[in-house]
Parts: sequence; C-alpha cells; structure tokens
Amino acid sequence: MKKYLLILTAVISIITTGCLKDDEFLTTDPTNLLTDDAVWKSPDLVLSVLADLYDRYPEQQTITNWAEFTNFDEAFPSEAGQYWRTKQVDYPTGWWSLWDYGYIRDLNLFVQKCQAANELGADARARFLAEARFLRAAIYFEEVKRMGGVPLILEPMEYNFSGDPTYLQHARAKESEVYDFVISELDSVKNVLPDDGGIKSRATRGAALAMQSRAALYAGSIAKYGGATPLVSLPGGEVGISADKAVTYFTKALEASQAIITGGKYSLYKKKAEDLQENFAALFYDKSNNPEVIFAQDFKLKSGKTQDWTLANQPWSSAEEQQGGRVNPSLNLALQYEKLDNTFAPFATNNGNDYVYYNNPGDIFAGRDNRLGGTIMLPGTRFKGVPLDIWAGVMYWKDGKYNIISGDNFGDRDSIPVAGAPKSSQVVGTDGPVDGLQYSAQTGFFVRKFMDPTVGSGQIGTRSDVWWIRFRYAEVLLNAAEAAFELGQTGLSSTYINQLRERAGFTTQLTDAQMTFDRIVHERRVELAFEGHEMFDNKRWRIAHKVWNGENISATDVTSNLGKADRVNTMIYAMWGYKIYNPGNANDGKWVYRIVKPSNVTAAHRFNLGNYYSVIGSDILSNNPKLVKNPNH
Amino acid sequence: MKKTFVYITLALTAFACKKDNYDPPSSTLSGHITYQGVPINVSSKDVTFELWEPGWGKSGAITVNVKEDGSYSALLFDGNYKLVIPRSQGPFRSITNAETKTDTMLLTVSGSRDMNIEVMPYYMVRDAKLTLSGTTVNANCKLEQIITDANARNVESVFLYLNQTQFVDGTNYLARTALNGGDITDLANVNLSVNVPDNRSGNGASGDQDYVFARIGVKISGVEDLLFSEVQQINLK
Repeated sequence: MKKYLLILTAVISIITTGCLKDDEFLTTDPTNLLTDDAVWKSPDLVLSVLADLYDRYPEQQTITNWAEFTNFDEAFPSEAGQYWRTKQVDYPTGWWSLWDYGYIRDLNLFVQKCQAANELGADARARFLAEARFLRAAIYFEEVKRMGGVPLILEPMEYNFSGDPTYLQHARAKESEVYDFVISELDSVKNVLPDDGGIKSRATRGAALAMQSRAALYAGSIAKYGGATPLVSLPGGEVGISADKAVTYFTKALEASQAIITGGKYSLYKKKAEDLQENFAALFYDKSNNPEVIFAQDFKLKSGKTQDWTLANQPWSSAEEQQGGRVNPSLNLALQYEKLDNTFAPFATNNGNDYVYYNNPGDIFAGRDNRLGGTIMLPGTRFKGVPLDIWAGVMYWKDGKYNIISGDNFGDRDSIPVAGAPKSSQVVGTDGPVDGLQYSAQTGFFVRKFMDPTVGSGQIGTRSDVWWIRFRYAEVLLNAAEAAFELGQTGLSSTYINQLRERAGFTTQLTDAQMTFDRIVHERRVELAFEGHEMFDNKRWRIAHKVWNGENISATDVTSNLGKADRVNTMIYAMWGYKIYNPGNANDGKWVYRIVKPSNVTAAHRFNLGNYYSVIGSDILSNNPKLVKNPNH
Repeated sequence: MKKTFVYITLALTAFACKKDNYDPPSSTLSGHITYQGVPINVSSKDVTFELWEPGWGKSGAITVNVKEDGSYSALLFDGNYKLVIPRSQGPFRSITNAETKTDTMLLTVSGSRDMNIEVMPYYMVRDAKLTLSGTTVNANCKLEQIITDANARNVESVFLYLNQTQFVDGTNYLARTALNGGDITDLANVNLSVNVPDNRSGNGASGDQDYVFARIGVKISGVEDLLFSEVQQINLK
C-alpha cells in the first residue's frame, strides 16, 4: 500500500510539474543556443559573436595554409602531394575567387543588431559597431582585390517568399566605388576605435589607418597602371579605375600612412640590434611589447587555437616530428637581396671555369641585406640552436675532374670512390637537398619568417602560438614611400625607405634620384616576402602577366636583371652546396655552390589577363542576371 | 519469414529504379575557325568559345576548346544552341551575325554536323616557308593585314618556335627567336631564323629525335592570344 502511495505521488508530481502548459511549450527558451535578446545585453556574449567574425577574416596566403606560398615562384613546395604547383602552366581563373556574401550578411546583421542594442553601454556598443564595420571593410577590400567591383550590400536582406526574388538582385558597383566605400568606412570608424598600440588582435585606430593606407594605394596604382592592360577593364567600371583618380588615392594613402607614422604608437622593431638577422626574424615571433605589429591573427598554446607553420617547415636537422621543411624559398627570391653596398649581384658560384671555394657554407651569403638571413634559413646558420646541415653532396677529384657523389635520403652515408677515402662518410646533408625527397631543402633553403624557435613548436601535440601579422609598421612605411613616390615627392619617399634599409644593415642611404618604380617594387618584395603581398602587388601594378609570362627561364635569366620590377620569374631555381674532397689540395674540405633547377619544376607559370580578376561562378551569374562577367574569361 | 523478406528486397531492388533516363549525347559538332575558309591556327589550350543551350533552369556555358590547327569538336545533345566567342578569345574578332545582329550565332544541332565558324582575324600568316639550312631553321612568311578599319592593330612581335612535339607555342617550345614588330620593314617579307638546340631531350621525347616541329607565332598588340602558321615538321637528317 505504501508503495502504491509513493508511485501515485510521483505520478501526480510529474504530471503537475514535469510538463509545461501547451501555450508555454512553444515559447520555452532553448537551452543549447543563445537568443538575440540574451546576447545583446551582455558585452561578453557580444564579444564571442564578434570573435567568430574576426575568425572569418579573409586570407589568401597565410601561415595556416603553407602551400599557397609556393604558387608564385617565391618558394618550392617540398611535399610529395604538392609538386603539381610547379608543374602546371596556367593559374586557374577561379583559384582565388571570393564571393563570401554569407560572411557579409553576418556582418550586416551584427551591425544592424548592434545599432539597436540599447542595453549595452554606449562605449562598448560604439566599439563593437566600429569593429564590425572594420571587418566589413576588410571583406569588401578583399572582394575588390580579387573580383573587382561587387554588389555593395550594407543591410541584411530578407526574402519575402513572394516567389519573385528580383528585388534581392543587385548589380556590381564600380571598382572605384568599392574602394571609396572601404576608405570612407575606415575614415568613420578610426576615431571610434581605441587608439592603443598595445591591442594587436582587435581593430584599433592604427589597424584602420593601415588598412586604409593599403586600400588607397591599391586603388591609386590600379588607376595609374590600369592603362597598361586596356583589356583588363569593363565599360561599366566594374573593373578598372580611371587614371585621373590616381592622385586622389595616392594622396589619401600618404595621409593615412603619415597619420600612423606621426601618431607615435608604432615603430620599427629593433630589440636585437646586436644581430640584425635575428632581429628581423624576431620581429615576427616576438609577441611581447612588439612595437611594429599593428594588427595580427593571434594564437594561444593549449587552447585549441594553435598553428602549424613551424611543424610544417622545421628543418630535418632539428625536427621534432618526422616532417617539416615544406616551404623552400627559391633562389630567385634569395637573389633579390642586395649586397650591403647597395648593389645587386648574384651569389658568386663560379670564377671563370672554376668554382669559387668557401671555407664555410655560409660565407657565400656574407655581406648581404640582413633581411636575407632573417627571411630565409641559410646553410651555415642555426635553428633552435641546432646547426643546419644543408648540402647536396661531395665533389671528389678523380681523373682530372670533379665528380659528384650524393645520397638519396637525409644524411646518407657512402664511400667516396677514391683510393684512401674512408669506408663510409656522410655524402649529403641531414637537411638535404635531395632532389624529389619531400621535406628536404630542395632549393637549398628553408623559410625562417614566422618560424617559432620555442621548444615544442614543431610537435604535433603542441604546435605554435606565433601570430600571423596582417599589418605592420614597415608596410605602412612602404605604403607611404610608394604613395610619396607616385606623387613626385621622391625626397619623402627615400626618407621612409631608408628607415627600413637602415634596420636591414645598410649604411649608405638611397638618394632621392635612386627612387624609381623598380626600387619601390624591390623593397616591397624583400621586406614583405611570405606575408601574402607578392601576387596582389604584381596585380595592381599590372606587371603580373609580364613576371609570369609562361616562358622558360634559364639559370642565366635567374641571375640577371636583379632588382627589375618586371623580371621574368616563371620557374624556381635552387642553389646547392657541395663539399670538396680532394686530399692534399688547398681546396679540400671547402664548399662550392651550383645553380640547379629541381626536377619537379617542369612548367613555366603563366598569369593570363583573365587572372587579374577572378571568374564569377556560373551559378552566381545565373542567380543574378544583373551581374556582368569579368573580362578575359 | 526471413526468406520472404529477402525475396521482397530483391524484387524491390530489381524493379524499383529505372536505368538512367537520358541517352548520352551523341551528336558531334565539329569544324574549324576560319577566315574565308582558311583555318586560323592558334596556341594549344588557350582559345575557347561558348555554347549556351537556353531553356534550362540555371544557365551555364559549354566551353569548347579550339585546337592548335583551328579545329574544334563537341559532343552534344540535339537541340537549339547559341554560339558566342567571348571578346577576349583568339587573335580575331567575331563577325556580326545577320540573324541576331550581334556576335551571337544561333544553331540547331540535330545529328552530327560539320560547321566552320567564320571570323575576322587581325592578320593572316600567308605562305609560311620553314626550311633547314645546316643547324638553323629559317622562316619566311607574309603577314596579311585583314582588319584595316578603326579596329586595326599593329604587330607587336613575331616569333619562330621549335619544339620536339607537335605542340608548338608560347609555353611549349625548345628554342625560339623573336622579332620586334617595329623592326619589320615589309610585312610581306618577314624573315626569322633560330638554331636547333643540340640537346633536344625533354618531357616526352628522347634526345636523339631527328626531327623537330616549327611554326611562326604573331603577337598582335592589345590581343592576348597569338596567331600561328601551320605546324611543320622539319627533318634534321
């Protein structure tokens, strides 16, 4: 009986309290997601929404996407599955196509809801709003870079289910209109965003000005150089900017850059003045009080948000996993770094018919722009304290000539076929290069920029928290220098460039007369290598179709015309070191270098006119008949 | 019980679905891109035109590639198509179609069809003579300017290409020589010569091949695609 009573009580209590009434049932707050009402009250929750929007910031080449750095002959992809990148002639016209209206809609929704969020504090709300508008400017800038003018949608659009979606279809804005939008939008948010050089991973006044300086510079150069490629334009102005707008844009770019320069919140990184190569490398991995970084994508160890650039690219000699060494900077890039007396010269490999003999493997690189060693790991240097071991084989003297013996795996040993030679000795470096062996330094180089010297950064279980720098002070100086140059103020231009060159170890300043277009292009290439600028820069200067013209180049072509803006750069070349084995000769034990082409480089890259602005997919065109196609497809 | 279930399943599998309800496309549309019936030679994989078949939900073009010798072919379903050569394609301009008054051409495919597409090239390479003398290939040709009205373009440069395969163009060559357009005094008598390289090995060919292929390419200023002469085999022995 007692038992029945208990059951009855339980049943009654479940019936009366367990279920909700019908009308309440449909209005219950969900427990697994947050409603708008809940979010827009709490600054913390709004920040998490914003964090997701920050996370979707558009990128092309970035440290979490290493292979993209190997498309444009800046580096060779040393991974078996990626050799196709140096084997295909044409760049597909849709490769970097971007039509991310999902992201734009989310940003528009955020802006709309934030404007209506009365329960947030006024300051917090203004900052959130400005940040979202900053991100919206960023995505429109990225769209216009890749696609030309796109429809400017600034309100979240809603479908009314009438069966007729034509009112949702918008035509493309002019290319100049999108740039104007980006520039003016950044103008209006820059005064709301915090003016704090210590904030690196959220939008600041500095970040807005830096983006504005870049965007105005892009628009200015398209206006100025677009005339060189008349086929890359559309009659409606969706692609192409008229030449008379160039001065306005360059002036804007200079103003924005100067606002940062005179603002005093940022400066060049010079913490390790005793070693300028290390200083340049540290600028990218040093995250404490780094005065140069303006806006970065940050990472954090043990948080799930880490990156694997170091894991992907660590040299075999100090590798913490059975992988690494993927991005191999090309000789083509290495040759761009000048000698410290301001002259261009190829690396001295030959002296007449004989080789040039070096006592140490690193001697061939001595006396160069320190950004060379700061960007690229050179033979004869160290990473994580371990000496790099990059050399391709042994050259032994036999029958009146040098013969080469090499191995086919990291640090292979063999016996040199000369009487008196030891039974077994190392015949190839622990880091390679072995032609065709993935993870070995197939160009003779590894990448150093963004590499994390912390122990564990190359382990799958740990990875790295070095940030991806999107805007830094040096680029602002370069933007200012270029804008000033284009406006005819060469004196101002050289002042800015010389600051960068001084940090790189140059003692003789460039004179005003030495400021040329080639010089501007050159400084951007060497300072900003592996930071995602190369292709977009060549595109806006309209020299991409000349640089990647599909014609084979020889070793002589690679070492000539250094420092010329439109020098042909279609195939990757390598420079391999060899150890001399010639007992009794003065050159025994010395090092020589040869220029070779890796066997996986078979095609010369070609940038067609259709690559200047990516193809708009046929599904997009067919959904919206108001869109016009991009030219040359 | 279990057996019945198996039988029912088998029966369902056998009768439930029909086979594909479309026959594969079977009509071939082929021909050449021509000027007055003479095929226009172009580079490999660079020149395309579009076929549109209206009347379906979403529109998208069928892209047809033009081969090196100016020929093309496409396997299509029977139907009504619109043919358009995009403005940027080829070293030529489309001819305004009499029927549509635009550059679009209407065509009906019903069974295989051979059709030449007439266009207006900027130039034609006439009487190309490629001869071997010693280890040098000499070329002589006449460049006839076809478009002479407001749309006329200058010759930017003329190239002579050699390759070990029949694909001879700006991205496929062993050796090449260039002549600047400004240096041509007589378009009716253009001369070029290039040395046959000693090392003729490369992708897909061994070094001891005793013949090469050659042709002349013409870069017209402001036009991306090059115009070519016919590929010619040159026997070295």
